[in-house]
Formats: sequence, C-alpha cells, structure tokens
Amino acid sequence: MAIFLLAIFSGFVDYPKAWNKSVDWLNAKKNTISAFKGLPNVPQFFNLSFRLGLDLQGGTHLVYEADLSNIEKGKYSESMQGVRDVIERRVNLFGVTEPLVQVDTVGSHYRLIVELAGVKDIHQAIAMIGETPSLDFREEKTQEETNAIIEKFKSLSQEEQKTFNEDPYFKPTALTGKYLKSATLQFDPNTNKPSIGLEFNAEGAKLFEEITLKNVGKRVAIYLDGSPISTPVVQEAISGGKAQITGTFTIQEAKQLVQRMNAGALPVPIKLINQQSIGASLGEKSLNQSLFAGLIGILAVAAFMIAWYRLPGILAVLSLLIYTVITLFVFKLIPVTLTLAGIAGFVLSVGMAVDANILIFERTKEELRWGKSLGGAIDEGFKRAWTSIRDSNFSSLITCAVLFWLGTSIIKGFAFTLAIGILISMFSAVFVTKNFLKLVISEKMEERLWLFGVKKTANKKD
Amino acid sequence: MLNIVGKRKIFYGFSLALIGAGIFSIIFWGLHFGIDFKGGSLIEIDWTENRPEISVVKDKLTSLDFKDVTIQPIGDKGMILRLGDISEENHQKILAGLREIGQIEEKRFDSVGPIIGEELKQRTYGAILMVLFLIIVYIAFAFRKVSRPVASWKYGFAAVIALLHDVFIPTGIFSILGHYLGAEIDLLFVTGLLTILGFSVHDTIVVFDRIRENLRKGVGKTFEETANISINQTMTRSINTSLTVILTLFAIYIFGGENIRYFALLLMIGIFFGTYSSIFVASSLLVTSEVWRQKRIAKKINNR
Repeated sequence: MAIFLLAIFSGFVDYPKAWNKSVDWLNAKKNTISAFKGLPNVPQFFNLSFRLGLDLQGGTHLVYEADLSNIEKGKYSESMQGVRDVIERRVNLFGVTEPLVQVDTVGSHYRLIVELAGVKDIHQAIAMIGETPSLDFREEKTQEETNAIIEKFKSLSQEEQKTFNEDPYFKPTALTGKYLKSATLQFDPNTNKPSIGLEFNAEGAKLFEEITLKNVGKRVAIYLDGSPISTPVVQEAISGGKAQITGTFTIQEAKQLVQRMNAGALPVPIKLINQQSIGASLGEKSLNQSLFAGLIGILAVAAFMIAWYRLPGILAVLSLLIYTVITLFVFKLIPVTLTLAGIAGFVLSVGMAVDANILIFERTKEELRWGKSLGGAIDEGFKRAWTSIRDSNFSSLITCAVLFWLGTSIIKGFAFTLAIGILISMFSAVFVTKNFLKLVISEKMEERLWLFGVKKTANKKD
Repeated sequence: MLNIVGKRKIFYGFSLALIGAGIFSIIFWGLHFGIDFKGGSLIEIDWTENRPEISVVKDKLTSLDFKDVTIQPIGDKGMILRLGDISEENHQKILAGLREIGQIEEKRFDSVGPIIGEELKQRTYGAILMVLFLIIVYIAFAFRKVSRPVASWKYGFAAVIALLHDVFIPTGIFSILGHYLGAEIDLLFVTGLLTILGFSVHDTIVVFDRIRENLRKGVGKTFEETANISINQTMTRSINTSLTVILTLFAIYIFGGENIRYFALLLMIGIFFGTYSSIFVASSLLVTSEVWRQKRIAKKINNR
C-alpha cells in the first residue's frame, strides 16, 4: 500500500498538471454546492521542475585558465577565490538562472569553469566575463608636447599612421579604477540625463585632490577602456573623493557601466581555453527527440516483457512504471541536472531494472519446473537472484563512481542518473515486484502455470 | 544442453579474430579522435534558406585566412565546420563571413584547447584502468568463499579479460567506422565504453554467481561440466536482458537524434559482445585455467 501511495505522490510531483487540473475541477464543483462553500479550497500541488543541462536548454560552458605567475605561491587559492567572486558578480548581471562558477584545479593549472544556461547572446556574455572596464584619469599634456606628437604623426606614411597610438592631448595619471570605492547611476536634475557618480577610497580621494589642484582651469579626461568619455574643465580643487562622469550615454549604457565598475577588476588575468556552446533550438530538439526515444524504448521493453513472461511480465511492467515515476521524482527532488547523456543513462537504468526482474523470473520459472509450489518458487527465485543482482549492480555502481570522478558535467550527469537509477531499480525489483506477485497469486494459479510461461505438463514431480 | 565450454576453442578463435581485426584497423588507420581529445573547434550551423555549396563556404573561409577547415554537410540544411583551436574573436569573424553568404543560425560551438585534450586523454586512461582494477578487487572479494577448485582472484581475472575483450572489439569497430564514416572518439565514446564495462561485468557475474552456487550444491562431475551447466542455466536470462537493453538503445539510435546516434550504436555493439563474452568466453577462461592447473599437477606427480 505504501508503495502505491509513494508512487502516486511521486507521479503528481512528476506531472503536477494532473493534480492541479483535477483540483480545479473539484473546487469548481464544490463551490456550486452551497453546503460545502464554507470549506477551504483544496490547495494546488507544488510545482517542481526538472533542471535541464546545457545541452538540452542551450547555453555555454566556458573554461578559463588563470595566469598566476605574478602571485605568491601561498596565495593561489585565495586569488582564485577572488577571481571567482568577481566573475560571479559579472555573471549575475546576465540574469541567468543558477549560473555555475567554480574553481577547478588540475595539477598545477588553476581554472575557472563558468556555465551559463539559456543565455541568448553567448558572444556578448563571453565579452562581458572576460573584459574588465578599465577606468583612468588623465591630464593635459603641454602645448609643446601636443604639437610635437601631431607633427610626428603628420610625418608618418599612411600605413604607419594606422598603427600610431600616441595620444597627443592627454597623459595618464596615477588615478585609476583601482581606487574606486563605488559607482552609482545618477540623473542630472536639470536635463534628466544619466551620469555616473564615482566615489574613491581614501587614497584615491587624495590623488584626485592633487590632480584637480594641479589642473585648475585645464581639462582632465576620464578614459574608459582606453578612450575618453568625458573631458570636463576643472573649476577648483575637489576634496572628499567624489566625481561625476557626464557623457553621451543612454540610461542602459550608464547602468551597465555602473554595474561593471562595481563588479570590480580581476586580481589575475584569465584566458578562455575551452568553450562549448549549444543553441537553444538544438537543445530543445534534442530534448524532444531523447524523450520520445526513451518512451519508445520503454514501450518496446514492456511489450517484450509481457510477451515473454506473461503475468509476471505485466507485474514487472507495472513495477517498471512505478520505478520510472519514482526515479523521475528523485531527479526533481535532488535536483539532478538532466543532460542528453543523463537521459541515456536513465534509459539504460530502465534496462537494468528490467534485468533484475528477468533474473528473478527466470529463477522462479526454474524453481517451478523443479516442482516447487508457486509461493515457494517465488520466494526462492527472489532469494537466489538477489546475490546476482547485488553483485552486478554493485560493479555498475563502481563504474558510475569512476565516471563521476572523471567527469566533465556531461559525463557526471550520465553517471549520476545511472547510479540513482540502479539504486532505485534494486528497490523496485526486490520490493515492488515481489509484493505485487505475492498480492496476485492464489491457490488456483497452481493449475495455470502458463501464466508464468511454464508448461504445466511434465514439470510436477509427483 | 549446448556444449559451449567444450567448444571453447572455436569461440576463442572467433574473438581473437575480431580483436585482431580491430588492432589491425587501429594500427593502420588509427583512432579518429574528436576535438575533446585532440583540441580544436567545431561549429555547427543551419542555413536558414538554401545551403550553399561546400566549395563556396570553403573559399570564403580561405579568403578570411582560415585555410585548414573541413566541412561536412549534416541533415537538410546543416553544416559542421571543423578547425584548429580558434579564439572567440576568430569565431565571430567566421560567423560574420558566413553571414555574408546567407542567413545562418549557429547551433553549436565547441572549442577545446590542446592542453585540455591531452589532460582528458590521461584522465580517460586512468579511469579505464581504475574501473578494471576496482572490478577485479570487487569480484575477488565477492567470490572469496569460493576457492575450490578455482581461486577467487581468478574469477576477477577472467572477468577482466572478458572486459578487455568487450572494450577492444567496439574500439576496433569504431576505428573502422571512423575511417569510413568519420565516427569520432570523443568523451561520449569513453562514457559508452565505461558503461559497457559495467554492463558486461554485470553479465559475467551472473554466470559466475551460478557457478558459485552450483559448486556449492555439487552439480556436475568436473569443473568443466559445472561451468557448462551454469552457462546454459543463465543463458536465457543473459540474452533476454541484453535484448531489452538493446531494444531501448535501438529506440535511442533511431529517434534520439544526430548527436547521440553513435553513442547508442557503441552501446549496442558493446552490450552484444558483452553478452557474447559472458556466455562464450568468461567461464571458459576459468575452465582453461583449471585445465592448465590440473596438467601442471599431473606433471609434478609424474616427475616424482
């Protein structure tokens, strides 16, 4: 009985629509009858959804290698945590559900794995993860310097002019984004145009004061990612460490800049070394195809079992159904990330669940042929088959463990679903099928052994 | 009852021939590694309108300075481009170039650096060896109470030889498929191989378990007879189990989509030979080792 309840409960978790629809119907009916109207409505079932892997919903899997050559040996993992935190903050800006950012150490290589599911513009995502907005303040060069550079530029051939990158007007100062405490989005009260408010830390505030003091009446340029976005003229020395960038950006752009500045700079440089991206349409197609394939597979197995094992076959199919329902329930509960390989693992575990049933039935049939009574044969069949089931499943679990250890996320999904499947299959074959068999057998069936696929004649000892 | 153990030499011969063919193919044609292992990039696209000629695409890419490209049409409108390891900028450059030819939708992009591929190869070998080792240990442990007449570690050993057999044959077949059809050895292949290991040991253990039981009951006069009886008793089960699994795999093969087709095929091949080896090879190996032991004992007695 408990098995049935568990199965039905799991079934509703797997497919909550079924519950909700019947509840809606029930509540509607109830409210038409005045006597029941005072009672509360039956609640809707909670809705858990499957977590789909990158290959099924589309997305990207990125591996970055960190360059730790400038970091002290003892501080590697600390810096990697720093990288992770910054990347995580940047990634969170995409609004991706459950992004994964984790540090992976392989030998002496320190890596960062980033998985973004359901990202539409992968290219933009990569660009935003990789680049640090570099902010710096520059002051005017003297007139002579500017003229000299312009002269030099003019003297060059056209080819050379293209690669000429000396800035004729501004030279860098010590003040950069490193000294930034926070950035905020502000609006000009008069024009309502967006601007970015910057607040420096103590050190930055001091530098800013020095620079403004030195350049009263001159221009100070604010450079973002190497190009000037604002070149205000300094009216007076500014203390207190606050500055404002007004430029010609849209609200959207300003917002993004603020977020990126607040996310901070990476403590060490990183390089993209591995990328796997799957378009959403391909993911959806794969999902539908694999679900369909799984369904056909299960149906084929069910047909085979019933044809070959008759009554026990039907029971096995029933227990298989319960097995499927419970497994999907566990997938939702944990939750297991379902990948294409994961679904294959699940389908395979269905095969293994059937195997346990086959082992038991074959054994029961043998015992019946040797003249055991039906009940005795079933008991014996289960008992004898158990050692095989245990040993064989255990070795499969070993394989799963190794696969899990080997794993990139795709293989991990496969190993994990297979392992869960195997564990539940042992339960379903041994408890569910057995209890079903015990429930349906009766004295009369002793005379109808064809139900078990055993010929009645010549197998009774007496 | 079929006399399987008695005819073991025929089955050994058949297996050796298949393994030999596989080794021949691996030596001459090698294994066709996917980018997972050798590094490189793969771009899969769909042309929204008409698929252009491959030569057109190739010329376009050559003009962009990507010379080393293989292009393979897939499905009605799809195309897979394989290149060396490229950066994200070059990836975008290629896409922009393709868009000049016609509307495309990018479905998949994989790029694997060479270090990662090499690492993965090492880890894969490690994983296979580890699975084999753990299985020997487990079987030796599970059969520790059965030491007569065959020592329990020999069960483990025989199972592992059967496993190697089950790994070699599909690998050989995939080497041939790789040569003719471009089937690749990738991470999914390794997953498949390891699954085959698990499955095949499943099968083998069921037979061994029966031998264990029959020895205890005293079925059969000689070990050879016991083994043969055990194989016959478990054969229906072995075949039925494999059949059901192959049924599900066949469904995946037909309906599961392009990406997983070779994976399903690999598993079908592996499970077929896994069953073959547990019926025709694994137990026979135990008998062979027992026969050799008897001969050695006989020799010792004669020499005395």
